[in-house]
Amino acid sequence: MIDLFKLTIAAARDKLRNKEITAAELTESCIGAVKASDALNAYCVKTPELAREQANKADSMLAKGNSPDMCGIPLGIKDLFCTKNVNSQAASKILTDFKPEYESTVTARLWEQGAVMLGKLNMDEFAMGSSNETSIYGAAVNPWRRNGSDKKLTAGGSSGGSASAVAADLCLAATGTDTGGSIRQPAAFTGIVGVKPTYGRVSRWGIIAFASSLDQAGPMTKTVRDSAIFLNAISGHDNKDSTSAPFTVPNFETAITGDIKGKKIGIPKEYRLDGMPDEIEKLWKDGTDMLRDAGAEIVDVSLPHTKYALPAYYVLAPAEASSNLARYDGVRYGHRATLKSGEGIDDMYARTRAEGFGDEVKRRVMVGAYVLSAGFYDAYYRRAQRVRTLIKKDFDDVYSTGVDAILTPATPSAAFGLGEMKNEDPIKMYLNDVFTVTVNLAGLPGVSVPVGLSAEGLPLGLQLIGRPWEEGEMLNIASVLESCANFKTKADKWW
Amino acid sequence: MSIDKETARRAAHLARIAVPEEELENLAQELSGILGFMEQLLEVDVEGVEPLTSVSPMSLPRRADVVSDGDQIEKILKNAPDSREGFFAVPKVME
Repeated sequence: MIDLFKLTIAAARDKLRNKEITAAELTESCIGAVKASDALNAYCVKTPELAREQANKADSMLAKGNSPDMCGIPLGIKDLFCTKNVNSQAASKILTDFKPEYESTVTARLWEQGAVMLGKLNMDEFAMGSSNETSIYGAAVNPWRRNGSDKKLTAGGSSGGSASAVAADLCLAATGTDTGGSIRQPAAFTGIVGVKPTYGRVSRWGIIAFASSLDQAGPMTKTVRDSAIFLNAISGHDNKDSTSAPFTVPNFETAITGDIKGKKIGIPKEYRLDGMPDEIEKLWKDGTDMLRDAGAEIVDVSLPHTKYALPAYYVLAPAEASSNLARYDGVRYGHRATLKSGEGIDDMYARTRAEGFGDEVKRRVMVGAYVLSAGFYDAYYRRAQRVRTLIKKDFDDVYSTGVDAILTPATPSAAFGLGEMKNEDPIKMYLNDVFTVTVNLAGLPGVSVPVGLSAEGLPLGLQLIGRPWEEGEMLNIASVLESCANFKTKADKWW
Repeated sequence: MSIDKETARRAAHLARIAVPEEELENLAQELSGILGFMEQLLEVDVEGVEPLTSVSPMSLPRRADVVSDGDQIEKILKNAPDSREGFFAVPKVME
């Protein structure tokens, strides 16, 4: 028997439909892998009983010939998604023991199609972080290690648990969410594929909100094809999310033809940063050559406001977060501070939030409250929104010249060591998002594809940015990058 | 712009997060660093540029103002730290 937990979605789907395997067997294999994975700290909640129940349901669907693509596929779900009667805490103390009475639209769609939940995945608290180190559960660990070293590395963030779990074969695929790069950066750090869809493609309903104008859920998978399959399963209009787009969802998997002849790929000069490591520069050039050799036309493009994307993001995202996180006040759910005699409701709010939020979340909520406050609103928040207009216009201008996709590095470095950024300025951590954050500000789709290894033996990824609503074409180009790079290496198992 | 201790206190208050007196100085420094980073935005000429509030191409849909859900008191209260007689319970608000 092969190790079923190592299968891709596409391979498992075919085996399930051909009755070579059952969903119960596949799920049991994954439960075993999850059980033996505690050293990676990828799962914060394990749900083997629920998984077995869902697998049985999938098997009866399959027996009746009712087999949607995701039927019987065991998945990990980021802790940001509300899952009915299963702890959903956004890796925060303030949501201790929160068990939603409802299911997010994304997960509800997956379960309807027969997918199986193995558990909830670790993440940065409220998705705020780039290393998974702000989690109440402690950091998820990258299955990859530097050559000849046993130092624990970050799996990236905020979807670090998702990335670690997919890279280590602890599920066939996982959900992630991406507000400034939280799917694409961890995907790049762990050698997997991560897709941030066009804003509005996937319903945000039931996903614990961070910055609502930027948040978007997406797949984290072992292959580009798997991302296409997964994205189809979760996309489409939802009445419960007023920003979800009422557009027909094309078939992303059949869009993957491998033919990119004549496609125009833009290379933005502003993404060539001072002090960028040579190996990232080389990776980018290699990727460019791969696409050119496959018949694409490579053009230099300019996105002049790129430099201002990070500062704009770090005004807008905290501002939205400060509003969204106002609901955590100790009244309706989660943690409530124990009051001393003489303390009133204002003390309850302030102490509940002081006890319940971690340092990074507090920092962002305070920054957000500050930039929205009277006297600073125009200087910071409104100005950042205007800069956002210019950033989006940069992309509109490039795409209006007929460019089909833009190729950039996914991250400015390979995965770094856990604890290495501990004493650094918070801004330094923010720089992880430098290549990804523009995509969220402009509402575009982006995908991170593993393309090579660093000198230290760690995965490195490139990012393709697509035209709005053109995830299919973007994934087609990504599949060419994937097959040319032929990135097949897996981390040596040490956990 | 540099944030002083009083401004840090105000930001913490606006956010309803209790910050001990002895940590305010440190908080002020951290916030100054972050706001300093944001000040790069002052270099951008935004004259005549409309602020972007939504990237989506459509305007927000409207729906009829009718009750579509309800009668779920038990479910709504289930995760509450304190509830009594069908209500969320909080410390006394009025003297």
